[in-house]
Amino acid sequence: MTAVLIITLLCVAFGVALGFAAVRFRVEGDPVVDQIDAVLPQTQCGQCGYPGCRPYAEAIANDEAEINQCPPGGMDGVRALADLLDREVIPINPENGVEKPKSVAVIDEQTCIGCTLCIQACPVDAILGSAKKMHTVIADECTGCELCLPPCPVDCIDMKPVGENIAQWRWPAPESEDEDAA
Amino acid sequence: MISRLFNTRDTHFRFNGGIHLDDHKAESTGQPSAELSLSGQYTLPLRQHIGAPAQALVSVGDNVLKGQLIARPGAAPSAALHAPTSGRIVAIDARPVPHPSGLSDQCIVLEADGEDRATDYSPVGEDWPSRSREELLAALQDSGIVGLGGAVFPTATKLGSAREWEVTTLIINGAECEPWITCDQTLMQENAAEIVRGIGIALHLSGATECLVGIEDNKPAAISAMSKAAKASSYPITVVSVPTLYPTGGERQLIKVLTDKEVPAGKLPSNIGMLVMNVGTVYALERFISTGEPLITRMVTVTGDGVRAPQNFRARIGTPLADLIQAAGGYTASANRLTLGGPMMGYALPDDTLPLVKAGNCLLVTSPAVLPEKPAALPCIRCGACAQACPAGLLPQQLYWYSRARNHEALEKFAINSCIECGCCDYVCPSHIPLVHYFRFSKTDIRSAAEESRKADIARQRHDARQARLDRIAAEKAAKLAAKKAALAKKNAAAGDDKKDAIAQALERAKARKAELNKDDKQAGSSAETGGN
Repeated sequence: MTAVLIITLLCVAFGVALGFAAVRFRVEGDPVVDQIDAVLPQTQCGQCGYPGCRPYAEAIANDEAEINQCPPGGMDGVRALADLLDREVIPINPENGVEKPKSVAVIDEQTCIGCTLCIQACPVDAILGSAKKMHTVIADECTGCELCLPPCPVDCIDMKPVGENIAQWRWPAPESEDEDAA
Repeated sequence: MISRLFNTRDTHFRFNGGIHLDDHKAESTGQPSAELSLSGQYTLPLRQHIGAPAQALVSVGDNVLKGQLIARPGAAPSAALHAPTSGRIVAIDARPVPHPSGLSDQCIVLEADGEDRATDYSPVGEDWPSRSREELLAALQDSGIVGLGGAVFPTATKLGSAREWEVTTLIINGAECEPWITCDQTLMQENAAEIVRGIGIALHLSGATECLVGIEDNKPAAISAMSKAAKASSYPITVVSVPTLYPTGGERQLIKVLTDKEVPAGKLPSNIGMLVMNVGTVYALERFISTGEPLITRMVTVTGDGVRAPQNFRARIGTPLADLIQAAGGYTASANRLTLGGPMMGYALPDDTLPLVKAGNCLLVTSPAVLPEKPAALPCIRCGACAQACPAGLLPQQLYWYSRARNHEALEKFAINSCIECGCCDYVCPSHIPLVHYFRFSKTDIRSAAEESRKADIARQRHDARQARLDRIAAEKAAKLAAKKAALAKKNAAAGDDKKDAIAQALERAKARKAELNKDDKQAGSSAETGGN
């Protein structure tokens, strides 16, 4: 009898404690989505089929999308997602596009007619200008999403690859010779 | 006794690891240094220092004088650039510069006119002790002086921060531990008095109360020259003879050997009250203060078994390296490798058309006999020789595995950023694994990953801000539309009432009129009746 009473009491006590903890230490939002979003390159290009990186992150978290739908993130991105979600590394889905070297949009200022269509298309507000005034791209803020290309009625926007420069140069990876030797 | 006479002492402190190497110092010190004759063209990269590139002040076609400021410092930390001789600016464009990447960078190209006319210098002069620190530091901003020991950090910025950190000890690095290089040694032997005066200026600017000069004991002539000059001065200078062990010339290693103190990982010497300067830097400082000449020349060693007459030269910054090789007697038949810096930390250059930069302390030309190609790497056998040699106290073999796995978290945990890339682990590795290459790769890999994630954060913020703005505008529009609709409905409703009223009134009027007409008819009828009667 005593044993049953103690067990019942304990059950009630732990139940209350757990219930309290669930309310008190509730995590706002979905931490998995945040983690996935942190890995995505934030290009906001929509090539994945979702209207931005966060919606894609939510889709991955809900198992609605594969992890290989982000060409700007490249294979490094796929690997990071596979690592995070404990999934297989799979090649980028060609339907979503191909991995390209990072580039930024450049407006030919002679041709630009100042229609503001590209400004409205830019997902990160990286284009500066106003109606009937020349527009220009803030190169530092441009994510290279290419969303400004289709709306331009005079086709004056080009994607220029970001060339290597000394300040950002990386040492190339050494060839791991010993693997071959082993 | 001799020690006391010359302000000299030995040290018994040691750092962990290090290796003994053949020093090869004798080759280039057989004769005193020589002034290099004027070249035809000078190429001056705008980025020869750590920090933001300098900004050009001249345009193509401008005539400039020797020592004239041709590029001012960019955002701090940065350093100025001066014309090494008089002549005309013939180009400002991207050209190949000495850098391990082999990439090009913006350069100012100066064609010498052969007259070598100098601009009017306005030196601070002999009364520098009476000038305020701020005044001297402001003057130093445009001196173009950077750390000449290899780090090329702008000296004005370094000295400017010294007081904030309450630096008490100034350490002058004359260790020059890397084989073959002898430019600091030559400078100490030939210009000890100027170096000591420069130390005085650096003590004044940094607020340090004592100065230790560390020189490896394989340079007795330099030690005695510096001791004599220190003794003749009134500055609190102690010259310390340190044991010859590579890499004693590393900033942290020298501090450990001289004072037995360790600079914590991720911190700077100034965090423990110390400031380290190279002998070449204090010499440049002295020249600038007493003659007004900015940094336009430096001592450079041209040596190795690949040149006929190894020697030290006082060469102007921007000199084509080929002119230096020519001055050293030209290449020997067996020369096959051109290195900027020493055999341990230097990097191979693709050709000799590149210019001499401020960081260029040594031009090493070697044959395969002296610097053979590294044999192909074999698997790591976990012998631990690298960990015993590492002067930074790291575990290179562990870092190697993590570098291959690109495990940034573990690399940072194992303090990859404390690696000074000295090459000791490479040198002792029995499997010839290019460890330093792995670490350099991982360091830059980590840095660019951090940069990418910073950029992604900014893009996310901007995207979210835009989304919020669009939502707000849409909400505002919807609210406006709703308000308009409501007003219209109200107006319509009001208008409807009026109409109803009007209709009702009209109906009433019509009714009244009808009633009146009926009345009239009745009256008329009755009167007719009456009339009929």
